Parts: sequence; structure tokens; C-alpha cells
Amino acid sequence: MKFLPLILKGLLRKKVRALLTLGSFFLALFLFGLLAAIQLAFLAGIEIAGADRLVLINRVSLIQPLPISYKERILQVDGVEAVSFATWFGGYYKEQKNFFANFAVDTDTYLEMYGEFDIPDDQWEAFKKDREGCIVGKFTADRFGWKMGDRIPITGTIWTGTWEFNIRGIYAGRDEVADETQFWFHYDYLEERRPWGKGTVGWYMVKLSDPERAPEIAKAIDERFANSPFETKTETEKAFNTGFARQMANIQLIILSVGGVVFFTLLLVTGSTMSMSVRERTGEFAVMKTLGFTDVSILLLVLSESLAFALVGGSAGLFAAKAMMPLLSKLSAGLLPIFLLSWSSFGLGLVAAVLVGLAAGAIPAVLAMRLRIVDALRRI
Amino acid sequence: MAIPLVYNIRSVRERWASSLVAVLGIAGVVAVFVATLALAKGFRSAMVESGSPDTVLIRRAGSNSEMESGVDLDQVKIIADAPEIVRDSGGVPYSSAEVVVIAAFRHRKSDADALAQVRGVTERALETRSAVTVAEGRFFRPGLPELVVGRNAEEMYVGLELGSRVKFGGQDWEVVGVLDAGGSALDSEIWCDASILQQTYDRPQNIFSSVTARLNNMGDLEAFKDRLTSDPRLTVQVESERDYYRKQSRLLLSLITFLGGLVSLIMALGAVFGALNVLLASVVSRLRELATMRALGFSPAALVLSMIFESLFVSFIGGLLGCIAIYPLNGLTTSTLNFQTFSQVAFDFMVTPTLMAVGLVFALGMGFVGGLLPSIRAARVPVASALREL
Repeated sequence: MKFLPLILKGLLRKKVRALLTLGSFFLALFLFGLLAAIQLAFLAGIEIAGADRLVLINRVSLIQPLPISYKERILQVDGVEAVSFATWFGGYYKEQKNFFANFAVDTDTYLEMYGEFDIPDDQWEAFKKDREGCIVGKFTADRFGWKMGDRIPITGTIWTGTWEFNIRGIYAGRDEVADETQFWFHYDYLEERRPWGKGTVGWYMVKLSDPERAPEIAKAIDERFANSPFETKTETEKAFNTGFARQMANIQLIILSVGGVVFFTLLLVTGSTMSMSVRERTGEFAVMKTLGFTDVSILLLVLSESLAFALVGGSAGLFAAKAMMPLLSKLSAGLLPIFLLSWSSFGLGLVAAVLVGLAAGAIPAVLAMRLRIVDALRRI
Repeated sequence: MAIPLVYNIRSVRERWASSLVAVLGIAGVVAVFVATLALAKGFRSAMVESGSPDTVLIRRAGSNSEMESGVDLDQVKIIADAPEIVRDSGGVPYSSAEVVVIAAFRHRKSDADALAQVRGVTERALETRSAVTVAEGRFFRPGLPELVVGRNAEEMYVGLELGSRVKFGGQDWEVVGVLDAGGSALDSEIWCDASILQQTYDRPQNIFSSVTARLNNMGDLEAFKDRLTSDPRLTVQVESERDYYRKQSRLLLSLITFLGGLVSLIMALGAVFGALNVLLASVVSRLRELATMRALGFSPAALVLSMIFESLFVSFIGGLLGCIAIYPLNGLTTSTLNFQTFSQVAFDFMVTPTLMAVGLVFALGMGFVGGLLPSIRAARVPVASALREL
């Protein structure tokens, strides 16, 4: 601790250089924060998937419907606790670019299926009573400026025409990764108005009493409907969402390679800055050694300078990235469901910064440590 | 009098270690920047050039994509009667009613199920689109469960090689041909007989997803559009195929551009910081050298120019290196889920000379910004005191 002023003096010897090095760390970790958030946005579905839920779709593909009569038959399968269903509506608000996730749901069972959504009981009751009612996520409600009780027109794309809904509730996610962009309305309302596709649903959600048995139950369900006109494909929600994320090309690879380039560059910049500063102070270090500073304390001194750059610049960058998140969510306008920098990514970024700081300081520090007083002083 | 450029090149070489830092930093940024541009460019051209220049796509009014659309047989016949559509020698119009669905196939690279667009057509589909040809094998025979697959689809999915059999929708299919659509989105599609597809997907035989037609000339588009939209028997919208695909790619394209742009911008700032650091240090370490030049009679302006040139030189090398490093990506095929059509599209990275030039300009821009401050610093060297130092 008593060396703190010494470290500080060493850092601030060249103010511009110190600022630039701090700036490099700041930008690199800011970028790291953004990349981590982008990755989370693409893979969010996997993280939030309920372990005790299965998704059941038509074996041919997701867009093919399943008969509504399957509900009772799925319930008969051993280990199934609850079944709910939904149908993709694909509507937009006013203009085509105002796209958001909207689907017709089974009002009796949908909410208990998804414990991660928080919605006041009275709102849900009001929704159940109003055939033209709907529930909308907080993000989407804010995006279009919708308020409770508003009557809003949605243009259908699959079932065309204008559909009007009354907003009966606004839900929020129970944790920060939950999807707050969805829009739900009565399946009965859809069934009543659509001219074709009656008696079918888009997909089923199945809740299990024992998540451990998921593979076995999924298989039992698929076997039940094998060789029927509507064969099914049942997967855990996690597997289902992973399948989707995988189709978005290899996001992980892109992020890793950009991140790798950035950190490698950072290592070079910091390394060269530190070695410049050590080289300039050769005389100083020699004098310090003459005064009785041990080799190890010189090593630690240089290393802690480099570490200080990493910690200060890095954490500032990460905090700035975290502060940017709401703005990014707004800019991307529903393209990606969430933008969020989780604390675990935050920690990971900081660890990476510290490692880069240590690696960059290592060679100059060792050079300073090995410095022989005689040689160094002779050079002056 | 200007300082010879050789001076700068030699001094960069003299300080090769720290110059290398600046060069590599800029190379990294340019590589990422050009890669993003190449991705966006490849995706745009795959999607937009999917449309043959003289064809139009007719869908049900209000539908976003072919998959959501529905046009019944009566409407198909009315559309085909329009005089703007080209006719063959027998007087049969070049118009093709098609069924579009998606089906899951095993994706070779990710080893997971991916969604491919399956198009049910008749032979007329090929004749209507001048840009699509059968490259290998033959076209399917009507009434048989046979598939013709796009070039990219064949490579992307397991089991779609020419001659192999594949099962989907409870039907066994044989792959009998490979289509070449010039690298467009149609190359990611799978084609088969429309009526068999309708049976397999349990769809009514007389409802199609869309109608594609070839016009006599594109100048007729407005007249054609007016005729169809004002006909009370029809509820359709008409777009040139190009416009349709442009819209289908808009969302993903803006996502790529937005994210790629943001990342490149931040990286560029970082590289400027790095270059500034290195150049400032190199100015400071040769203060005496610079003072000597001033004493010899070089003007401050000459020093500024010289230092900026040095910075530009370093960043040019960096930019060149970045372009060379990223060039192997050229022609590499990748695929992604287009969430507007809900299916996989394959496209190539396109590293064109223009994009590389843009990358180089970007590098020079970074060099200029990074070199400005150090060059001013160099020009303001106090001659007397700098020379007095050891």
C-alpha cells in the first residue's frame, strides 16, 4: 500500500500516453460488453427455456398446424402435468415494419405454463372476460405507446383484414432476460373470425411433473401420433430454441474472432506502451535498486502499473456498455428481443482485461527486474 | 522545402517493433470492417438478384411473404389472361402458379434441423424464370415424388445429393436434378411437383401461394398492376420479383449493417488510440532529430506534412495487410435463417475490389486522425532547448 503513490506517479508520468492506454482498455471492454450483449440477444431463448417444458410441433415443419383434438390425447400421456397451445398470428401495427411476436393463446392454461411472466391477477381476469382482449409485453407497449384500455388495430397477414383488440393487461418479465415483446389474444376470437384453418393450432406446450423424464415423455408423445396424418416432433424447449439459434449462422464464432482480434491488438498496444515507459525509466529503476528496492518489488511495481490501466479502463468500458443497453434496445426496434449485459459477462470481461494487463506488463516487468545496476547506470 | 519521404520510411523501419503494433492494430480493424461489408454485400446480392429482371410476383393483398399468401385457381386463370404477360408460340402465357412451404432438413455444418423453402411448381416455373436452369440431372417428372434442389441446398443439407432419397412430410422423395440460379436465394430452395406437395402437406389442390409471370416489358408493370388490383374478382398485390426480394432481405440486412457498423466504429476508435500512442512516442523519442531538421531550415509545415505522411504510410500498410488477410473469405458460402421468410438462405462473402478500396480509405482515415496530433507536436519542437538536451 505504501507504494501506491509511487505507482500513481509512474502511471501519470506521461499524461497523454496514460489517457490513450486507458482509452484503449475502455474501448476494448466496451466492445466486449456489446458483443456479449449481442450474443445473449441471439441465444436468449436458450437461457430462458424452462427445463420442465416440452414444445410439440408438426413433424413436417413449424408452419404446419396440428389438430386441436391433440390436447386431450397429450394429457393422457403419463408424466404430463399440463398442456397449452398457441397459434402464430403474424400481424403488424399500422406499418409492415412494426413487426412483433403476436399469437393466439389458450386463455385457460397459458399463464400457468409460463411462470416467468408477471401479470396482476385482476388484469388477467379482465382479459379472460373480454373476447377481444389482449395482453402485451411492456417493451412492445412502450414501443407503440399503448396504454391499458386502448383499442388497437392489428393488420393480419395470414388471416388478412384489420383485427381490433382491447388492451387488458401489460406483463413484465420476472427476471431481466425474459422476453417482454409478446402479444397474446384469445384463441377463441381467432377461431371465430378466421375463414380457414379452423380447428387447428400452431404448437403445443407441455409441462412435465418430472423434468428428468423429458426425453422419455417426448418419445412417448411422438409415438402416440406416429403414422397419423399429423405426426409430431416433441423437444425440450431448450433444444427447440437451440435449434433456432443455430440456424442464425455461427454467431459464437463471429463474436469470438472479433473479440480475439480486439484483445490481441490491445495486448500489443499496452505491451508496447509499457515497454516504452520501462525503457525510458531504465535510469530510475537502477537508482531505485541502488537504494535497496528488491528485484521482486520492481517487478511488482511495473506489473501493478499495467494492471491499474486494465482495471480502471476496463471497468469504465464495461459500465459504459451497460449504460448503453436501453439505447440499443430502442435502436434495434424489436429486431432482437433483448439487449442486456449480464453480470457474469461483466465479470468475464474484467477477468479478460486483467489477464491482458498482466500479459502486456510481463515482459517489460521481467526486463526491469533483470536490470543490472552497473549496466543501467553506465548508459546514462 | 519538403522533407524527403525516404526519411519517414526509414524511420518507420528503424522503429519496426512499435510500427508493427500500429500496423497490426489497423490491419485488424480493416479486416473486420471489410468482412462486415463483404457479408452485407453477399447477402444483398443473393437476395436482390434472385429476381429475374422481367418477372413479377403476384400475392394475396396484405401478405408479407409468399408463405402467408394464398391465390385460388380461378384467380390464377384470371391473372394468366392479362395481355401484358408474354406468350409462347402456342399462345400459352409464361405464368406459373406455385406453392411455397418450409420443411426441416438436417443442416450439414451445424448438425441440427434447419428450415428450407420448398416450392411446388410445374415445368412452367423454369420457362418463366430466365435466370434459372437445370445444371445437373433433369427436371422432375410431373406426378412423381421427385425433387430438384438448388445448388446451395444440395451442399447445405444432408441427404440432398443428386440421386439420393430423402423423406419429408411422410413421403419418400428422390433427388433427380440440381438447379443453378446464379447464387441467388432460389439456389437455397427445393423444387417439386405442386400437386404432390399439396397432397403431402394436406393443402387444397386449388390454392396456390403465389403466381410468377414474365412480362413483355417492364414498362408494362404499372398497367399490369392497375389491371389486377382494379379487377373486382381479384384481391392481389403485384410486385416485381426484385422488389419482393429486396423487401424480404431488409430486416436481416439492416441488422448486419447496424451491428457490423457499430463494432467497426468502436474498433476504429481503439486503433486510432493505439496509433496515436505509438506515433506520439516515436515523436517524443526523436525530439532532437526533429529539432535538428528545424535548425537546418525545414519549416514547421514541412514537419507536419512529413509526420502525417508517416502516419498515412503506416496505416496504408496496415490496411493492405487487413485486406490481404480477409481476402480468403471471398467466395466462402455461409447461410443464415432469414426470419422474414423463415427459411435458410445461403450466400457468399463478396470481397470485391471496391470494398477493399473502401477498407483502405478507412485505414487512411484512421492514419490521418491518428497522425494529426503527433505531427503538430513535432512541429512545435522548441529548437534551442531540444538541441541543448543530451
